[in-house]
Amino acid sequence: MQFNTQVVSPVTPLMVCTDIELIAAHDNRKTVGKISVTNPRMRCRNVNVFYGDKQAINRVNLDIGRHEVIAMIGPSGCGKSTFLRCLNRMNDTIDSCRVTGEILLDDQDIYDKKLDVVPLRAQVGMVFQKPNPFPKSIYENVAYGPRIHGLVSSKSDLDVVVESSLCRAGLWDEVKDRLDQPGTGLSGGQQQRLCIARTIAVGPEVILMDEPCSALDPIATAKIEGLIDELREEYTIAIVTHSMQQAARVSQRTAYFHLGDLIEVGETNQIFTNPQHKLTEDYITGRFG
Amino acid sequence: MHLPTLLFILALLCVFSFWIGKRRALIIADGKHCNLHSLPGYYGYYASLWCAIPALVVLVFWTGFESSIITTLVSRELPVALQSLPSDRLNLVINDIQNLVSGNIVSGEIDPAMRAAADHYQHLQQISQAALTVVVLALAVLGLLLAYRQIHQAQRARNWVERVIMFFLISSSSIAVFTTIGIVLSVLFEAIRFFQAVPISDFLLGLKWSPQMAIREDQVGSSGVFGAIPLFAGTMLISFIAMLVAAPIGLMAAIYLSEYASKKMRNITKPLLEILAGIPTVVYGFFAALAVAPFIRDSGEWIGLDVSSESALAAGLVMGVMIIPFVSSLSDDVINAVPQAMRDGSYALGATHSETIRQVIIPAALPGIVGGMLLAVSRAIGETMIVVMAAGLSANLTANPLQAVTTVTVQMVTLLVGDQEFDSPKTLAAFALGLMLFVTTLVLNVIALYVVRKYREQYE
Repeated sequence: MQFNTQVVSPVTPLMVCTDIELIAAHDNRKTVGKISVTNPRMRCRNVNVFYGDKQAINRVNLDIGRHEVIAMIGPSGCGKSTFLRCLNRMNDTIDSCRVTGEILLDDQDIYDKKLDVVPLRAQVGMVFQKPNPFPKSIYENVAYGPRIHGLVSSKSDLDVVVESSLCRAGLWDEVKDRLDQPGTGLSGGQQQRLCIARTIAVGPEVILMDEPCSALDPIATAKIEGLIDELREEYTIAIVTHSMQQAARVSQRTAYFHLGDLIEVGETNQIFTNPQHKLTEDYITGRFG
Repeated sequence: MHLPTLLFILALLCVFSFWIGKRRALIIADGKHCNLHSLPGYYGYYASLWCAIPALVVLVFWTGFESSIITTLVSRELPVALQSLPSDRLNLVINDIQNLVSGNIVSGEIDPAMRAAADHYQHLQQISQAALTVVVLALAVLGLLLAYRQIHQAQRARNWVERVIMFFLISSSSIAVFTTIGIVLSVLFEAIRFFQAVPISDFLLGLKWSPQMAIREDQVGSSGVFGAIPLFAGTMLISFIAMLVAAPIGLMAAIYLSEYASKKMRNITKPLLEILAGIPTVVYGFFAALAVAPFIRDSGEWIGLDVSSESALAAGLVMGVMIIPFVSSLSDDVINAVPQAMRDGSYALGATHSETIRQVIIPAALPGIVGGMLLAVSRAIGETMIVVMAAGLSANLTANPLQAVTTVTVQMVTLLVGDQEFDSPKTLAAFALGLMLFVTTLVLNVIALYVVRKYREQYE
């Protein structure tokens, strides 16, 4: 296969050099590693994403298994966040964005024209880089999702959902006495756990996390990472992170993206100890990124 | 020397000072900026400010007091016969003298004494002008020399210049404050004069407004009753109707513009909406009086209602249309200012567009929206022209929007238009009303600030 000339992101001269070296090492950027898993939760095939004329994601194939944490790593602008946002169609909110290819959630094509995006986003929740609690009370923040989806019929049911979501997000003990206070009054780490509780309250199957700890201090980060580990028992989690240590700590599989291509995917241990692709090796050994 | 010429020379001197100050600094520093405390330009400004400020201060005070001092001097020289006149007659004579000097038409015949006084006046004026020129220029040069001598390497010219600039900024902002204080005081004193004639309780609690005072003793039907409640009730009624129109329409227009409209649509629609705010209120007024009020009357008759041809409803409706842009424009801005992260968070939970708007965006934007609404209310309360033309002048105390009512501002206009005596309670009532109106708007603004701050504390 020919070297793909559709390199989309602006490249620095240094990176161009690296690419030229790599042409010698690998004649193509076909994904290295095992992309498929048995009985996956989500299955992505030939996914391309365009912003206007610019291609941001180039023919990505990737499976996301059940009850696993998959980490997506790569240098800034490599398309990992864009790919993550494809998984619950958050890219729909960007006018110029166009997605082609096939993304299946439990064998249902989420880009099917007939599919309603509302239940999809209830199944595939998302936690953002910066904590973004609504300007409401802590209780209302968590109750928001169950209410709009009509998941509960009575106030007492809602109380139960709110309490259990906050418990699972490890926030209940800290906020149980002040549920009526604004969510924006919490600390950054608490806010992020509130956002996770809010996502859990809807009862999703998959939780997408876009650099959930990048705005947090190390202690809050440790709490969130512990939480991710616990949540794996019930949910599938896809996490984008800039911290390779974090990817190594929380994930079972890791996918390395580079300039819109999925370069390598595999067991997290193997990616960090024995990367197969030169680009992956360069990245995790800190030669660029 | 004439004032413009003097000012021009002063300006030239300042430019020269700037240049010479900067040059002096550079010479001292051997042409190296790093040897100086401040950049060379600051030394230029330093010299320039020293040159300008003392001279300008003297200039301002001199021209301010010149004419009154000369007048005093001249009147002291007048013949005893004239000086012993009563003060209002004396003022008239002095006015004539000043008119003689400036070549205007004089009220009476010119007698030699007055001619002499005028000549004296002119003479003094010339002396004053010459002295002013000398003093100002001398001060400017002196200032320049002083500054020039003071420039040395370690001199903190930047700090000095910046402090002077800060004083300019402070004085600019205090002009607005002092003007407000001045207006309030002038209204307050006139209002106090009014309350000496009419008890304040009658004014605040009276239910009848009929300000016509008898000029002659035997005049009939001019009681002069000053109960302000009908006026405030009318104002509130019309403002309420206006807000009933403007608040929902403005808010919904803002939601459409900021959330649903395409960029192109928004670029066309928003300026069009804002044109509404640019239409003169008098145009709205005759639109209300000639189109809306008759329409309301006719349609009221059609369904069997008794509608007067000037009604609170007509004025309120048109005023509501007028303030739509206030509400929509401000709300649009605050809705746009709600961070995208909020929307994303809501969408990611599976909320639809309308759920997101209702439950996340509007609550987040609420302080701004409330602020915009209260601004619109202030505007509605202060509006005069539409009400004059469309709501009538009769001070009915009624909650029926189909009847004619009048507002505070309209009554103030009718009280003060034309030739009025400024010692009768009728005219002074306008100031009392103005004071009340001022207090009302002030209270509204304070509430607005309080609301905005309260929500902001909660939600940020």
